[in-house]
Amino acid sequence: MPSAPLLLSQAFNGLALGTLLALVSSGLTIILGTLGVLNFAHGALFMLGAYAMYVVIAHTGSFLLGILVGAMFMLVVGVLLERILIRLFYNRPHEDQILVTFGASIVIVEAVRAVFGGNSQHVPTPGWGEGIARIGFLFYPLYRLELIGIIAALLLLLYLILYRTSIGLVVRAGIEDARMVGILGINVQRAFLLVFAIGVVAAGVSGMLYAPIVSVQPDMGGNFLVEAFVVIVIGGLGSYPGAVVGGLIAGEIISITSAFDSAYSDVMLYAVMALLLVLRPQGLFGSEGRV
Amino acid sequence: MDDGSGRTALDRRQLLQLGLGAAGGLTLAGLGAPEAFAAKPLGTWPAGTKGKSVFVGVTTPLTGAYSADGKDHELGYELAFAEINAGGKNAHAWGLKGKGVLGKHVRYGIADSELKPNVGVQAQTQFIQREKAIMITGCVSSATAVALEELAQREHVLNMVGASGANETTGKDCQRYGFRSQPSAYMACKALGPIVGKHYGRNKKVAYLVPDYNYGHSVHQAFAEFTKPYGWTEASKQVVPLSASDYSSALLNIANSDADIFVNIEFAAAAVNSTKQAEQFGVLKKMKLVVPNISSFQARDLGAKLMEGVYGTLDWWWILEDKFPLSKNFVTAFEAKNHYRPSWGAHIGYLQTYVWALAVERAGTFYPPAVIKALEASKAKPFETTLGKVWYRAEDHQMVRPVPVVLGKAPGAMKNKDDYFDLVDLVPGEDVINPPGLMGCKLGPAV
Repeated sequence: MPSAPLLLSQAFNGLALGTLLALVSSGLTIILGTLGVLNFAHGALFMLGAYAMYVVIAHTGSFLLGILVGAMFMLVVGVLLERILIRLFYNRPHEDQILVTFGASIVIVEAVRAVFGGNSQHVPTPGWGEGIARIGFLFYPLYRLELIGIIAALLLLLYLILYRTSIGLVVRAGIEDARMVGILGINVQRAFLLVFAIGVVAAGVSGMLYAPIVSVQPDMGGNFLVEAFVVIVIGGLGSYPGAVVGGLIAGEIISITSAFDSAYSDVMLYAVMALLLVLRPQGLFGSEGRV
Repeated sequence: MDDGSGRTALDRRQLLQLGLGAAGGLTLAGLGAPEAFAAKPLGTWPAGTKGKSVFVGVTTPLTGAYSADGKDHELGYELAFAEINAGGKNAHAWGLKGKGVLGKHVRYGIADSELKPNVGVQAQTQFIQREKAIMITGCVSSATAVALEELAQREHVLNMVGASGANETTGKDCQRYGFRSQPSAYMACKALGPIVGKHYGRNKKVAYLVPDYNYGHSVHQAFAEFTKPYGWTEASKQVVPLSASDYSSALLNIANSDADIFVNIEFAAAAVNSTKQAEQFGVLKKMKLVVPNISSFQARDLGAKLMEGVYGTLDWWWILEDKFPLSKNFVTAFEAKNHYRPSWGAHIGYLQTYVWALAVERAGTFYPPAVIKALEASKAKPFETTLGKVWYRAEDHQMVRPVPVVLGKAPGAMKNKDDYFDLVDLVPGEDVINPPGLMGCKLGPAV
């Protein structure tokens, strides 16, 4: 039986890990929840964000500039991806969407490998995040602590843009009946493009923020794609609050299980997901029939 | 075939079999092979050796988490094939005669195993069926290594196995057709254990980070065994899934243990990932890092600062060029071609290709059982290699070779950009190899 301080430490780590998972899942759930597209290139876009961060930091040394330039770059990637490829697939079956985004992810990953090689690239922790903080008995990396606040602010910002302005409404209405929304004088195509690009930027920014923690290499996105899917299945496919709560739940499951035996952390996570799929197939916040 | 006279004439196929059998038998007899193998067609022999060239199938993970190691591995093979086919100075220094192997040009194909055993097996199966590969080789994962050994045994095609560090590869999953050059986890840890035991002193507590597959468990078990005589005990063991990217929960447990030593068994990108995160969790300040099997690019990707003072072993490191002329040749040729000093993934490809070529020339034939015999008999006549004199043990096909134990250098002490390690010791293979039979190896039949 783990000691109480260790259990508390792990519970706290679950929260920190959970916010990271929520951020990683947010881009996936935005695109799925509004456009109804299952984006299997999400992991590759996450990785692309991390590489953008690496390149900018290698040239300028500035973390903030990394985020800003990286986000702009991801916006361009998102726009191009939507215009060239994704817009042709809004009305196609999910299987087609999965295949085309999966194919796009392979192209992105191998293009990055061709340019940078398969080695891990180093992204340093920003100066303000270096070191370890002490909270009572808990020692915790400062950067991860600060990320909790940064991510909370980012998630709130995304929520306000997508769900407290008319844009989310337009997109959801457009998915139901694009012609009718068009007749109302609204440019649906532009709204679709904007939401897709925002989803891509969210995926990229999570890669940028994760870059100082993990090794940046071409295949890093694969594991995160799987975890993001688990999170949104738990939270409810396409539900934005679901992704946040699902992320926190997943983080806690992994961490608390690890306090007992880390070998079972993944098993536990998938077991909970399976159980949820049996008892509540639409996930915690999902509504039946949506997506 | 019935010629109408009531006698059954030999058909072309039977005639060919007889002829080849006789020819194979004569070759073996002429070379004084200890026992006459029934030289019927076997695997891809003789079909794969009929033309002016033979084919070798290479699989290596060019995508996936081990792709950097896999690329290095590939470049090692390419250099060896180029040198052997050219028959120049380097090939002659190894003792090969003329161009190619037994005068035959060596063609090769390289396939991406994607770090997946089934993909590796599929690729090598195609090489065997389509190209009549006479030898298969390459991988950077023990899971793939074991799967390919099974394939080699089933298809009767020689397999120069690895990179692979798990004990099982020449232990319970060993095969007559598989030969491994890399030290097993047992050998690496038996070489490393006493060195860290003496350096750090008695009665240390150890925290382990263990990737959840055969390699990880092999290394954990072996390291615990060989540090036990120094009173080292386990304070924490964190087994993590292979797919892990975030090690925070496991590292929190380790940080909260009262361990003095942190043994990180993770490999390649996972090793870089977990070590980076261990530093952020303060583990590397509290504990001394030991890496039983240092990945090819671990030091380069983590930076010398994090690797300073880290003890570990490697299959080979370029500084061995000072000890072995063939290593010097290898480093010089590889660097000229690829613009960096080779890592040990490349070395395994390079070494195994040459040893195979030497064994075939010793056997005087590509006939697999004869080549196997030549490799199994190498104790009496060791191969002179990049590691000095080495030989394969007949009981389990593990190469008996020295194990380099290294220590991470301070950044200021590095003489060039690849100069991450000092050689602490080159432990003789005979001193650290497991007793035969300990790992449950039962080699299958050759024919």
